Amino acid sequence: MSTEETHGNGSASAEVAARVERRWATIAVIIIVMMALLAAFAGIHRATMPQPRVETTDPSRIHLSGEFVESNLGSVLEANGNVTVRAIGQQYSFTPACIVVPVDTPITLRATSADVVHGILIQGTNINTMLVPGYISEQLMRFARTGDYLMPCQEFCSFGHEGMWGKVKVIDKTDFAGRAKGGGRLSCVGQ
Amino acid sequence: MLVNRKLILAHFWLAFAVFGIALTLGAWQMFIRSPIGTWLSNPELYYRSLTAHGTVMGYVFPTLVAMGFGYAISESALEQRLVGVRWAWTGFWLIVIGSVMAVIPVALGRASVLYTFYPPLIGNVFYYLGVVLVVVGSWIWVALMSINLRVWRKAHPGAPVPLAMFANVAGAYLWAWTAVGAALELLLQIIPVAAGLKATIDAGLARVFFSWTLHAIVYFWLMPTYIAYYTIVPRAIGGRVYSDSMARISFILFLVVAMPIGMHHTFADPMVGAGFKFIHSAFTALVALPTLLTVFTICASVEIAARLRGGRGMFGWIRALPWDNPMMLALAFSFVMLGFGGAGGLINMSYQLDASIHNTQWITGHFHLIFGGAIVIMYFAIAYDLWPHLTGRELIDLRLIRTQLWLWFIGMIVTTFPWHWVGILGMPRRMAYFDFGDPAIAPQALSVTFSAIGGFILLASGILFLVILARGMRAPQAEAGPYRFALAVHQPATVPIALNTHALWVALMIALTLTNYGYPILTLAMTEGTSVPAVYVGAQ
Repeated sequence: MSTEETHGNGSASAEVAARVERRWATIAVIIIVMMALLAAFAGIHRATMPQPRVETTDPSRIHLSGEFVESNLGSVLEANGNVTVRAIGQQYSFTPACIVVPVDTPITLRATSADVVHGILIQGTNINTMLVPGYISEQLMRFARTGDYLMPCQEFCSFGHEGMWGKVKVIDKTDFAGRAKGGGRLSCVGQ
Repeated sequence: MLVNRKLILAHFWLAFAVFGIALTLGAWQMFIRSPIGTWLSNPELYYRSLTAHGTVMGYVFPTLVAMGFGYAISESALEQRLVGVRWAWTGFWLIVIGSVMAVIPVALGRASVLYTFYPPLIGNVFYYLGVVLVVVGSWIWVALMSINLRVWRKAHPGAPVPLAMFANVAGAYLWAWTAVGAALELLLQIIPVAAGLKATIDAGLARVFFSWTLHAIVYFWLMPTYIAYYTIVPRAIGGRVYSDSMARISFILFLVVAMPIGMHHTFADPMVGAGFKFIHSAFTALVALPTLLTVFTICASVEIAARLRGGRGMFGWIRALPWDNPMMLALAFSFVMLGFGGAGGLINMSYQLDASIHNTQWITGHFHLIFGGAIVIMYFAIAYDLWPHLTGRELIDLRLIRTQLWLWFIGMIVTTFPWHWVGILGMPRRMAYFDFGDPAIAPQALSVTFSAIGGFILLASGILFLVILARGMRAPQAEAGPYRFALAVHQPATVPIALNTHALWVALMIALTLTNYGYPILTLAMTEGTSVPAVYVGAQ
């Protein structure tokens, strides 16, 4: 950030001006490098980071076969105690419209869109992802408190967008384990 | 030496007229979705309005301001008649035709896709063609700015290009290149589908193309404001630019690093991998650099003015500033809003923090504060400063001008601060209606009401602005003298070639775009099976 050479006249005041300016530029660069390093550190330690992988799926066939057929949507307790939630967004609702999950459990949300671009945002948390048709969104999440959370669509998906609200019900772990005993995919639709 | 005053006035008047319309729509939107409005039985009307508001405020209004201001800079800073006046008028009329062509399908509800397009939603083809015409019109301006500088260089070999023109041309090149992303999306993807030639579209790829445009366009909007900071404000308040070369470095940095960072808009998207998300995040941090440098240089320049006016002490000089000067007031308001908006921006571009506010009302609050606030208030100031030179008549009522600026500042704060807050509470964007009767949403009602009130304050300020300009057209005649730009404390006799030309930096801008966008675009384009059926809006 040298500036003296442009100041041709080389007066003492120009020297001072250039020095002060250089000092500020250095501080600015340090601030920016620090920010990038912090982001890298937090990302590597998986404190929180955006979705890392790209997975694709054909939206015109998701209702026929594969991971997002209707019978496979909802929450499932995996053998290792974690929970996987599968959901789809479509104009103008989520399926399942109410997602049930246990508290204090690592949860993987896998979701996609059946038509246009939607988004999933769970209020009061930093769970926030886009649903882009043709691609699968994956989010890792964990709820610290039981309760009901609103889950609006956060991306304009045409005229009914304002009516596209889902819900997340976070329940007690043993309660969830009891419901999961029968196998199948859980949701809280109609409860 | 402002010769083509009619051309410049035409750009400004059209810009501010469409701004007035879009502002009215914006205030109505704030009202209708707030608890004080009643449920709009047809939400589609809201999205028509939103599409028109965004299209005008995003594409038409700032482009016309940049163009009009650019022509004024070219003639007055270079002291040279504009070369290619006929082409300039062609560009102007292309924008008029494009705007009308785009707005008709929007008004008819055939293109309620918002100005960000959102494929696979597809609207009427004339909406997109209209937007393309607006961009083509602006590209004529880009070419004219480049040509005019070249003509001047030939007549003044080796002389330092006046700072205002150097920055103006940097802004023009930035716009030319950043518009390419949306142009590719429109021409290769959307228009063929809208015209019925294709029925499927890769929505993920389209989002990546759009992100190419979506961030750097903000820096294109910002350019006139920064040019005013450096080259108008110090002159208007009786100071000097602290450093001519730092100013050039800032504009060069904008040119180079504003571009390859757009993917921070896609952090939450599934079609971009972690690597490029992180790279774009880091580059976005870099774009804070020219703003940090600018804040320093402008504060120092303002301090010079204050000390020349007899200001003393560490902070005592602030009192000595000409606070009754509208330019001083506009700058102070702009900086306050830039400070808050910039801090919010650092959160948005953060690899981690973005998730807590992505696509919430926080984002809408953020860009209204930065664009509508920090940037547009300087558009007002530019208009006030140029008007006497364009009309040959004086703007007499400084009190009214100060009132207008105060109203805009207060309105923007009242609108956007609660807007940020409800965003943190998780209120999603772009909704025609909220059920404030729901106990989970009810706590947001008060904040949304404040925002709506702020919207009306902004509308009042906008109307006042138009009234002041219109009255200025009928004021008594007064020769304003030649239009001048601020001088630096140490006005350079020579400038190193790197700070006097754009070629190297344009090359760097293109190269960085290719490295940061080339691979993601190519892999997405080559991935099979990601094209999805188009969903036509307003087709019923």
